[in-house]
Amino acid sequence: MIWNWEFAAEALPILLRGFVNTLIATAVGTLIAVVLGLIIAVAIRGLPRWINWLIRLLVAFVRNTPLIMQLMFVYFIFAGIPGLVDIPALVVGFIVIGIHYSTYMSESYRAGIDAVPPGQHEAATALSLPPVRKFTAVVLPQALRATVPSLGNYAVAMFKDTPFLFAISVVELVTSAQQFGAAKFAYTEAFTLAGIIFLAASYPTSLLIQRMEKRLATY
Amino acid sequence: MPPTENIPSATGETAPSASATPAIEFKDVEKSFGKTTVLKDLNFSVAPGERVTLIGPSGSGKTTILRLVMTLEELTGGYIYIDGKPLTHTERDGKRVELPSKVTRSMTTRIGMVFQQFNLFPNMTVLENIIEAPVHVLGKSKAEASKEAKALLEKVGLAEKADEHPTRLSGGQQQRVAIARALAMSPEILLLDEVTSALDPELVGDVLAVLRDIAETTDITMLLVTHEMQFARDVSHRVMMFDGGQVLEEGPPDQIFNNPEHERTRSFLSSVL
Amino acid sequence: MTDNIQTLLNFLPQLWEGVQTTLILTVLGSIGAVVIALVLGLAMTSTHRWLRVPARIIVEFFRGTSLLVQLFWLFYVFPLLGVDLDPMVCGIGALALNYGAYSAEVVRSSIITVDKGQWEGAIALSLSPTRRMTRVIFPQAWALMIPSLATLLIQLLKGSAVVSFITLQDLTEKIDQLRQSTNDTYFSFTIGLIIYFVIAWLLQEFMNFLERRATARLGRRRPNSRTDRRATRRDAREALRQDRLNSRLRGAGAGPGSGNAGGGL
Repeated sequence: MIWNWEFAAEALPILLRGFVNTLIATAVGTLIAVVLGLIIAVAIRGLPRWINWLIRLLVAFVRNTPLIMQLMFVYFIFAGIPGLVDIPALVVGFIVIGIHYSTYMSESYRAGIDAVPPGQHEAATALSLPPVRKFTAVVLPQALRATVPSLGNYAVAMFKDTPFLFAISVVELVTSAQQFGAAKFAYTEAFTLAGIIFLAASYPTSLLIQRMEKRLATY
Repeated sequence: MPPTENIPSATGETAPSASATPAIEFKDVEKSFGKTTVLKDLNFSVAPGERVTLIGPSGSGKTTILRLVMTLEELTGGYIYIDGKPLTHTERDGKRVELPSKVTRSMTTRIGMVFQQFNLFPNMTVLENIIEAPVHVLGKSKAEASKEAKALLEKVGLAEKADEHPTRLSGGQQQRVAIARALAMSPEILLLDEVTSALDPELVGDVLAVLRDIAETTDITMLLVTHEMQFARDVSHRVMMFDGGQVLEEGPPDQIFNNPEHERTRSFLSSVL
Repeated sequence: MTDNIQTLLNFLPQLWEGVQTTLILTVLGSIGAVVIALVLGLAMTSTHRWLRVPARIIVEFFRGTSLLVQLFWLFYVFPLLGVDLDPMVCGIGALALNYGAYSAEVVRSSIITVDKGQWEGAIALSLSPTRRMTRVIFPQAWALMIPSLATLLIQLLKGSAVVSFITLQDLTEKIDQLRQSTNDTYFSFTIGLIIYFVIAWLLQEFMNFLERRATARLGRRRPNSRTDRRATRRDAREALRQDRLNSRLRGAGAGPGSGNAGGGL
């Protein structure tokens, strides 16, 4: 028998402790991405053309390069700055993962804003609403409604990308599984449990998002 | 007021005899979608060469009948026979048995259908659309199928569009290609499902002219659902009025249009004319 | 700085090896993913329950358990089961399975998005089920699935960096070695990120080319958004739809019966 229940029982609390870091990284990362994504999507509208272009390039750059390398990049830079050396790797982790996913989320916001029917802009203009009010009271609420499910899906995606924090030795779920596996030579139990925990957390969440999406799709 | 007395009938010929083996026969047909029963205990037959128009309010099941013949819908009860042979289900030892899909498909090669939304394949040129089935279902050579396809395109007035993509054609042109595509299989039965309903009014005439020509020059059995009452009157031998999944009344177009028996038929006709 | 350049020049052959490893992982991983996606995606559109349900379970399993878990399973657990896999095979396998599962959902939702009338047109012509799929439905679904597959391909490229955790000398690993020999994080990682960016850009261009070819086959031209306002709105809705699809592909995504992945709003 390749499966050892004793190892499994021993591994579980350790994995769950690692899982706490996974959840922290996901939660704070999502918060950063949701806010920063919106800022990027909205800011891009009011800025001069060349800055706009620069932001777009930067967004494309972050989006199209590996999260793992970005994590290592920032981690080593912080390690070289005297005042930042002591910042925990977990903090580096959620900052980088948050920024990485903000590039995806900004795209969702942008698509949502663009999909607001032109009649809504026109009606707001016809009411002589000032531009800021027009945006915050009319356009944005409708855009957000269309965007929320996308944001949720990206949060789930981020959750499943947190094992990449392995690259900077954050002891999250998979890292703790790897450490336990190496110490006890019990890889089967450790990684199987890690997979189950991931599945058990992500699948119901995405079903929930899906249901929300259906509800939000109808006014 | 008899609503249609001013419409002259062009049907001079006599209807094909009903005594031969029917081209299409519905026997105790039942069709339901989930809990909704659309057709129940439906029995009727269509003689070879006969042209029958189905009329009736929307939801009366007339399009479902065409779709059942084309096997686009699953028959939930009863039997359909084509040339006396079962289409999808047969009776064996008193039990209703589904036929293998290959058998059904060999039967449907005799049946052609033209749809309201044309349903041309956008990934193929006009010519490729027409020769697809003759080559890959009937096993004709590409050269032979192309030659026949070009003759058909000539017939529907689109000879110069053979190498175009369907999406570049107008609705009326697409529909004429769809008719040519159906005819390329030399069907014994042609099903026409509201073929002009999706067209701009000025394009309807060309399509109807092509169909009139087919009606006059071939003896293909036709089953049509249409809102073009003048056309129905001109080409069909028989009109069947459907209501609530049942044949309310039927007869030659003159009779149904000029002198309907039922009040429901009358009010339906006055609403569409 | 000149020291860095000199180190980089000496390092170039090694760097090239890393790029090659990353490219091999990406190319073979995505070929494997496409094969898996076609098999599972088509199975999920099947009318047979015993094909559809297992395919759905496999897809949800490989989407729901993280890529790294799958990689470590192949790398650490398989040897315990008596199967010793080359790290390269582990890398390609994990990428193919994980992204194949995501792509299967793209294949499925694209196929069911093809207009019902196309199926009916094919049935009316008595085309065989195989011919119906290969000649009529799939070519149209293919045009629909390319943008999402392009997104996944780039994600696979980015995800391939995980193989540096299992001793493979890919681009990420080589860049880390460059960092150690130059002792300059900015210099080495900027070079690494730029190389990834260029590869991603080339892959995107390749997928754009495939998409142009596929839509040209359908006889469609992209609407000119400057002259056609309605087309612009359509584009915006299309962008939203695409974004939803992409976000869902990234998340664990659609469960059973979510037939509207490609559907409207």
